[in-house]
Amino acid sequence: MTVRNIAQAINDALDLALAKDSDVVVMGEDVGRTGGVFRVTDGLRDRYGADRVIDSPVAESGIVGVGFGMAVGGLKPVLELQFMGFSYPAYDQVVNHVARIRNRSRHRFSAPLVIRIPYGGGIGAAEHHSESMEAIYTHVPGLKVVVPATPYDAKGMLLAAIEDPDPVIFLEPIRLYRAVKEEVPEGWLTQPLGEARVEREGEDVTLITWGAMTKETREAAVLLEENGISAEVIDLRSLVPLDIETLTESVQRTGRAVIVHEAPRTGGFGAEVAALLQENCLFDLAAPIRRVTGWDTVFPLKRSEHHYLPGAARIAAAATQVMEV
Amino acid sequence: MPTDGRYDYALREPRLPRPVDTTLAGAAIDLDTRLGMYQRLHELRQFEKRAYDLFLQNLVKGTSHLSLGMEAIATGFGAAMRPDDYTFATYRGHAHALARGMDMGQAMAELLGRENGVLGGKGGSMHLTDVSKGMMGSYAIIGAHLCVANGAAWSAQMRKSGQVAVAFFGDGTTNIGAFHEALNLAAIWKLPVVFVCENNLYMEYTPIDVVTAVGNPAAGRASAYGLEPVLVDGNDPDAVFLAARTALARARAGDGPSLIEAVTYRSGGHSRADPGKYRPEREVSAWAGRDPIPMYHQRLLGLGTPEARLSAIERQVADAVDTATEFAKAGREPGEGSLHTEVYADGGSKWRN
Repeated sequence: MTVRNIAQAINDALDLALAKDSDVVVMGEDVGRTGGVFRVTDGLRDRYGADRVIDSPVAESGIVGVGFGMAVGGLKPVLELQFMGFSYPAYDQVVNHVARIRNRSRHRFSAPLVIRIPYGGGIGAAEHHSESMEAIYTHVPGLKVVVPATPYDAKGMLLAAIEDPDPVIFLEPIRLYRAVKEEVPEGWLTQPLGEARVEREGEDVTLITWGAMTKETREAAVLLEENGISAEVIDLRSLVPLDIETLTESVQRTGRAVIVHEAPRTGGFGAEVAALLQENCLFDLAAPIRRVTGWDTVFPLKRSEHHYLPGAARIAAAATQVMEV
Repeated sequence: MPTDGRYDYALREPRLPRPVDTTLAGAAIDLDTRLGMYQRLHELRQFEKRAYDLFLQNLVKGTSHLSLGMEAIATGFGAAMRPDDYTFATYRGHAHALARGMDMGQAMAELLGRENGVLGGKGGSMHLTDVSKGMMGSYAIIGAHLCVANGAAWSAQMRKSGQVAVAFFGDGTTNIGAFHEALNLAAIWKLPVVFVCENNLYMEYTPIDVVTAVGNPAAGRASAYGLEPVLVDGNDPDAVFLAARTALARARAGDGPSLIEAVTYRSGGHSRADPGKYRPEREVSAWAGRDPIPMYHQRLLGLGTPEARLSAIERQVADAVDTATEFAKAGREPGEGSLHTEVYADGGSKWRN
């Protein structure tokens, strides 16, 4: 066991994958010599060479297109797009081709690649460097979309994503990269995609979240506890596939749900979760499901970030309102 | 309303074909290869004509884009490529699929959206794919597939397989970003890839020169990526074959990518909904006079091939197209269940595992 943060856990996973399977390649802007903009791929090029840890130009359509072609040719590419906003130039490749080729070719070939996208706010860099647009990926049939929030999950889910036969969008919460540390076992381990994690058990209300917002949601649960409200916190970890059973079981028990995400509210993945919950357990609900989200606006500059991102107080207030129904 | 060529493209100066290069008759191409190309030209021509007839009978639903008039390019490359090379094509991809040996009946059935189609009626006209023939898909959003061809080429280079990836695309593709990303990537990594621009002078309904900064949309960009500009007569299968052979050999030798601009002309419109009336009549008729098939027929006769041998090939192809049509028409329509298959690796489309 070694204590690792999320960036180190991802680096460890990539190291293991590159060592185990000569078909695995890592590609992206600055991932080689520099180790990536967040140093997540630090040292990998020295160990595996420039032909397997590949510095690409700033050309996201090219990166994903080439990765897709590599996968067609039998390789297992793990691509890095530096920020969520930088993934949009590659969206054509992802939506029109990567996600569909299995269906279009009737299983004859597929694009089992992993696209790592650092995402989310809290680093003061506004817009393209701070957005949380996971819903533009969850909407696309053929993709899996996962968001680890702990070092263990980051390692285990990345290795599971690399093993996965479908294309996986692997979202990495930037502000947690070095904010969370825990002991992570050595060696190959996988955390199956599609299993939610109950972060904290509770009886009165279920707080559902993913990614970086797990931190604020956990803090909200502490605030609520001080006021005598017992909150259960569930980290989805995997948006597609979604572990609706764990959510349904929890909400049937508590009768109340608050969904927290930092993405804009309208059309966010929280709306999908709310819709599924009402399909599954409407009559177990004691109060309407509430969402605490980022606002329907452009992600702001540093001085306004705290107005945009849901904080523990906003989450706790929503949960308290739900309890008062 | 003004009545000049800026407003009505049909009034522009026609862009006329160059004359046939008669010296190509003496090119070092063996007769079997040439007869094979003659047969392929007819297969592509008669297949596309039949596809058009089937649209008119309302048997092909949705849109479709034909390569009528442009068959020499897929033909020349098909003859020069190795069986395990990769092809990536566009929505105008029937010819490229057939030129790699896709079964004509399965291709026709796919156009008709039938269960016995090469993709079970899931891909249709714009997505013909046959991995067993190296036909790695037709990509209906242009440009993306040039990057994908690079990736396949990278894998071939890494596996030292000697395979080459060939990406076909139209002149319109040269103005989209992915074209430029792909050219740059292929050049910096010296990938075994050949980019083939089929310049048929029109980007959908608009003359390519109206929307392009350089006169030759592909060859004019080659130098930006350190590549030689290669312009070939896209209506002469021998010219295309020779250019393909050179580019493929260069790629296999590890000398990197090539960008070939094959100049040709679409006999018809962009898609089946388009009569192509934006083109000057004199231009259309001049290019009709440069149809690759009668020219190649004459060349083969001039090389001493008996007329009877050529007409036997034509009859054989006509029979094959009839057989393919019957096969296609006999196929069943896919059931509703097929909507939900093959979205994920578990075979289904379930929201969750």
